[in-house]
Amino acid sequence: MDEGFIDVKGVEKVFEVRKKAGFLKRERRQVRAVDSISFRVARGEMVGYIGPNGAGKSTTIKMLTGILTPSGGRLRVAGIDPSRERTRLAHRIGVVFGQRTTLWWDLPLIDSYKLMHRMYRIPDGRYRENLDRLVELLDLSELLDVPVRQLSLGQRMRGDIAAALLHDPEVLYLDEPTIGLDVISKAKVREFLRELNAERGTTVLLTTHDLQDIEQLCSRVMVIDHGRMMYDGPLAGLHEAGESERTLVVDLERELPPIEAPAPARVVRVEGPRQWLAFPASESAAPLVARIAAEYPLVDLSVREPDIEAVIAKMYVEQTEKTANAGNAGNAGKAVS
Amino acid sequence: MGSGRLYLAVAVGGFRRYATYRAATLAGVFTNTVFGLILVYTYTALWDEKPHLGGYDLAQAVTYVWVGQSLFKTLANGGGGVESELMERIRTGDIAVDLYRPADLQLWWLAADLGRAGFELLGRGVAPFVFGALVFDLALPTDVTTWAAFLGAVLLAMVVSFGIRYLVALSAFWLLDAKGVAQMVMFTGWFCSGMILPLNVFPGALGEVVRTLPWSALLQAPADVLLGHADPLGTYAFQGMWAVVLLAAGRMAQGAATRRVVLQGG
Ligand SMILES: Nc1ncnc2c1ncn2[C@@H]1O[C@H](COP(=O)(O)OP(=O)(O)O)[C@@H](O)[C@H]1O
Ligand SMILES: [Mg+2]
Repeated sequence: MDEGFIDVKGVEKVFEVRKKAGFLKRERRQVRAVDSISFRVARGEMVGYIGPNGAGKSTTIKMLTGILTPSGGRLRVAGIDPSRERTRLAHRIGVVFGQRTTLWWDLPLIDSYKLMHRMYRIPDGRYRENLDRLVELLDLSELLDVPVRQLSLGQRMRGDIAAALLHDPEVLYLDEPTIGLDVISKAKVREFLRELNAERGTTVLLTTHDLQDIEQLCSRVMVIDHGRMMYDGPLAGLHEAGESERTLVVDLERELPPIEAPAPARVVRVEGPRQWLAFPASESAAPLVARIAAEYPLVDLSVREPDIEAVIAKMYVEQTEKTANAGNAGNAGKAVS
Repeated sequence: MGSGRLYLAVAVGGFRRYATYRAATLAGVFTNTVFGLILVYTYTALWDEKPHLGGYDLAQAVTYVWVGQSLFKTLANGGGGVESELMERIRTGDIAVDLYRPADLQLWWLAADLGRAGFELLGRGVAPFVFGALVFDLALPTDVTTWAAFLGAVLLAMVVSFGIRYLVALSAFWLLDAKGVAQMVMFTGWFCSGMILPLNVFPGALGEVVRTLPWSALLQAPADVLLGHADPLGTYAFQGMWAVVLLAAGRMAQGAATRRVVLQGG
């Protein structure tokens, strides 16, 4: 098939929100949660879908699963229109919502899996096989008999991911699968997703506001903000597009004047003996660290990754500058002729 | 039947999850027994004043008390079935997750609630009933057919009860204060199902009305079958009618709610 496995063309979603505006008076307002976005995902791709809170990520995922009808545009998953054939599509997709669980709260984890077995009519042999594999890969064997309500967030998330994959879906949507997880759980989830995609060729669309998820998993990233697609391409390009910067936090022995760092690195904040230095995300921190360690009484340091908000904010500035320049150039051209 | 096995599994799950709350079950048995005792002494005083009130003799009235206490949780007259969980899922938006699964929402919750009701019948119903039967003179049938007919009426009562509570739960899609509505309906149900006094005691027009409402299919119907006070087939027809009407209304509400979620996101 030439068409993408997931094919989204000019899709939008407008919510009507009614707000109380005084006694008995209601105000109607429209929220454009997704604003005319288009993209294609090929079979077997692993794509990161990233953006700040309220950007429209979950709304997009809901439209792709069919539990939300688009207000406009065209949307196909495996050739199926999700909102018209939600149930048929359900057998071919898996979904994990980070903040919601599909597991049965009061019952042992295994009981939820038995329900999936019946719900998706998975042949007995295949169910056994898939369950064994997922239990091993996601490290669930000790947890199968534990009631879901007693699981930690990370354990529950792994349990939810297994539940979404028992019926061998061709595509897996994950909506913020690492939200609230500790570092070790995050690593486990990422490791599993990488293997799933590499070995079984499952198409993965991963929503997150954690840039590290994307850095470690996806070669392609789509950035959405205020419902609009801001960027679609390789991760490296995102850092360039956003000119994003990392931050080096340095603790010195005592209060000192701002560190003299080689440009483009520069001190952005000083608080007693602690100083913050910004440097381009595309550059290694090592030379900078070495230089500071050699010249200053260093006690401790840490590196902070750029947050997605900062990257997007810079992207905005860039875009408006570009369009402004383009407009000027056009005018200039006209004036000359 | 593939989907039959799914809903059976859901019902078994419903049974098991309530079975995990052992302390609550014990406390419930105790409460129902104490309540039963209080009601027995109240009824005894009342029936002393007015023998054959509502067509029951004293033994029948006392039997009615223990049937009521034994079915209290099964029929969820005072709430406490799966509807509170469903309402919570609607309130938090988790209900959206349920929608993309290839299962029917109403059948799913019906199965879960029947599983729950089944557990409550065994876990919370049997003990107070046996206690009542040992301590008091009950008017119990001696033939198996009447007992079987009674259980049939209890099963239908479970379905009617679910039908009412499912509608109440779905109101959470439209009402911000659905919890308040639920409490009101439950209180009405408590009174109108005959938990306080048998419905055939209610005089005149009030009695006529109360005896046609769906709540009279809950406790009064099976109790009258057990006491040989009502014809089982007629009782089944009455309960079945309400079950069909309520489940159909639930299905319509579910359709409207689904459209709403799908268009407006909840
Ligand atoms: N059901 C809804 N009704 C009204 N507004 C909504 C609804 N769902 C989402 N929104 C709004 O749409 C925007 C996008 O939300 P969402 O897709 O959840 O963002 P994200 O997942 O990227 O954080 C937000 O402004 C949010 O408030
Ligand atoms: Mg979201």
